[in-house]
Amino acid sequence: MRILTDVNIDWLRWRWHALAFSWLIILSGVWLMATRGVPLGIDFSGGTLVVVEFEQPVTEEAVRNALAAVPGEKAVQRYGEAGQNQILIRLPQGTETEQGFALEQQATAIVDNLQKANVGKFEVLSTDIVGPVIGEDLQQKGIYATIGSLFGIMCYIAFRFRPSFGVGAMVASIHDVLITLSFLVFAGYELSLNVVAAILTLVGYGVNDQIVIFDRIRENLRTNRREPMNVVVNKGVNQTLPRTVITAGTTALSVLSLYLFGGEVLEPFAFAMLVGIITSTYSTVFIASAIAVLLSDRKRSAAPAAATTQAATPARPGRKSGRARAS
Amino acid sequence: MNKNLRWRLIAIVAVIALAIWSFYPPASKVNLGLDLKGGVHMVMRVQTDAALRIETETTVERLRETLAKANVQYSKLEAADPTEFVVEGIQNDQAFRQAAAEVDTVFSRSSGAGSYTYAMRPNLAVQLREETVTQALQTIERRVNDLGVAEPVVARHGAANQILVQLPGVTDVARAKEIIRNTALLELKIVEMGPFPTEEAALQAYNNALPPDLVVVPGSEDVAATGGGTPSTVYYAVRRVPPITGRDLRTARPSLDQNNLPAVSFSLNQDGARRFGQLTEQNINRQLAIILDNRVFSAPVIQSRITDEGQITGSFTQQEAQDLSLVLRSGALPAPMDFLEERTVGPSLGADSIRAGVTAAVGGLLLVMLFILFYYRLAGLNALVSIVTNLLILLGMMAYLGATMTLPGFAGFILTIGIGVDSNVLIFERIKEELAAGRPVKAAINAGFDRVWWTIVDTHVASLIAAAFLFQFGTGPIRGFATSLAIGLAANVFTAIFVSRTIFELVLTRRRVATLSI
Repeated sequence: MRILTDVNIDWLRWRWHALAFSWLIILSGVWLMATRGVPLGIDFSGGTLVVVEFEQPVTEEAVRNALAAVPGEKAVQRYGEAGQNQILIRLPQGTETEQGFALEQQATAIVDNLQKANVGKFEVLSTDIVGPVIGEDLQQKGIYATIGSLFGIMCYIAFRFRPSFGVGAMVASIHDVLITLSFLVFAGYELSLNVVAAILTLVGYGVNDQIVIFDRIRENLRTNRREPMNVVVNKGVNQTLPRTVITAGTTALSVLSLYLFGGEVLEPFAFAMLVGIITSTYSTVFIASAIAVLLSDRKRSAAPAAATTQAATPARPGRKSGRARAS
Repeated sequence: MNKNLRWRLIAIVAVIALAIWSFYPPASKVNLGLDLKGGVHMVMRVQTDAALRIETETTVERLRETLAKANVQYSKLEAADPTEFVVEGIQNDQAFRQAAAEVDTVFSRSSGAGSYTYAMRPNLAVQLREETVTQALQTIERRVNDLGVAEPVVARHGAANQILVQLPGVTDVARAKEIIRNTALLELKIVEMGPFPTEEAALQAYNNALPPDLVVVPGSEDVAATGGGTPSTVYYAVRRVPPITGRDLRTARPSLDQNNLPAVSFSLNQDGARRFGQLTEQNINRQLAIILDNRVFSAPVIQSRITDEGQITGSFTQQEAQDLSLVLRSGALPAPMDFLEERTVGPSLGADSIRAGVTAAVGGLLLVMLFILFYYRLAGLNALVSIVTNLLILLGMMAYLGATMTLPGFAGFILTIGIGVDSNVLIFERIKEELAAGRPVKAAINAGFDRVWWTIVDTHVASLIAAAFLFQFGTGPIRGFATSLAIGLAANVFTAIFVSRTIFELVLTRRRVATLSI
């Protein structure tokens, strides 16, 4: 069985439409983040999160009433599967400093008040207490790690292919990250450690598609010396289309399983991955290759000898002699 | 079957067998993270400033004694800061300098005459902070070991002065925390005056001008004095610097006091016993305050000279007496702790998470399996073998390396399935293209594998770069994810290329194939 063979779509023709579409999503995401603030989970914002399981069913209202005496803006919601009687209680970072053991007070207050109130027997399933020092530390690390991996991958691609491909890959990856963030905000998920992990993974995953297509483009550049860059790029995207679609499909399938069965903790992670996989496929086709063409064209007109491209493109073993320019 | 192919087959079977042997049975060979096993993860910060303050105050007290002996007059001598103290209104500068010469090794003196500010030398301050954290770490280690937790982690963490403690499988988290962070600073001091009913009363006894070498410490009223009522808080004036501390302890154990109530008995080491003997001998009929973490537990009257034995009484439960002996034995923390982060997972939640993770991984595998078999037919079987081999190697390596499996680690397994499929799809699609271009089966397969080899290397390196940053960024659970992802990537290069190709070639040598089911 073969799908999507002999397609001949002029992908580059649609690049401006695609760009406008992407900007629309990113800008609305950014607008939402700007007006509502980036929703940070307690990993980054600090605070207290307690999950309790009651022996008998309880209403969120009853739990909320039981906690009336606990200061702070409490979030009380159902957790886990239906019928498990699990309730998640979250308190934002209080005014306590981290001097001594002050941070613990919120969690202790929650448990004490639940015990005093008449809401039935319960068991504390998990407690997360994150202070501002750790929260800030994780925020910083998350930002550094994202920038670091974007930059590291760009360097690798620039080294293995052409600098223009490296830039194309990085712009496409940033695009993926922003789109995924926007969808997370649309869907009301918070930014947690797991979500940042998903985003970092996406940076690596998205580049896979790009590498496959870039590789094909490079191969085509070598065999079709006379064709202009945009034709070669279109051809590369079309030739790899079956692979691109099937891979995205199967990876999405496996991540879908994670989304459905992986439990509450991994749900935001799986959601981010799902959105990211679709986005990265789209951005590879429309964004990365378009940027590669754009940058290559400029380079060629600025330096007709194209010596720079030649020099900056490292050879793979045994292939040096076959290297050609696309002019 | 040619010789080369046979060796390759043997290698593959050996790798699979080794992998299975490494992780079987998984329940005992695969390390589970705190999020799956249950337990507590804590990050604390050592208040190193407090340790520096103690050092500065001790120096001030010693200097006060030296100056008294040398008969040097001054108007003020006190610690102003954790690392600074000031001396003002010195009468005889020459004599002062001579007497204070010893201090100069640790503190640098400001210029001038008559009044000085002493600041701790920065390199020594750094060293002292470092030592304090190391000591705290060692103390916590001893306590955790005494608690009997299996495979605990006690380590320096992230930024300066932070300590990470992980106790897997601990169910009584509250007690574990209490034991770990109890400063357990034991001090034995002679009561200068007291007890007073309020702090104000204590200060008034000194006309509201407490001498700088004294402090007022709260404590419980003696149980005997209340006649059975609830003891109220009373206050004692004691010297700032203790003659005997927890460092002079040889051991501590739970015992019973004269009323048969739980208490803690301690004995002092040789040096401590000698000083304690001297102290008690000189202060017969005065009260000895037994102070734990700045609270007077009891203040018995010294009847006679005591050398090496003592008892801490109070209203302890059996458990409390036991825990207190444990923390006293392990030594005091050199400084109090600040609590920065805690993540506690109950065992039942961990079991739920394992179930969810396994369901998701198996579900993902099944979904992908169905699709691949449907789309690639017989060649899909080949892809399946390589993906399953990949997962086996991943499990085996995790067990062999002692890597920790976490809930996000299951996501790593699922992505490994995705990546495995990706590589196979890449190869198969290329083979199809070559077949469509009219190449014979064998040539098409060879071309397919050869052409995509570097593509696969590039994609895997790029993903490994991301995984490396992920590992750097993450805490426990995320690290588990990064680890499983990285191992899965490495194993995939082997399975997608080597295993898959070997299977193709195996089929081709068995029979002459004109068309490929792909």
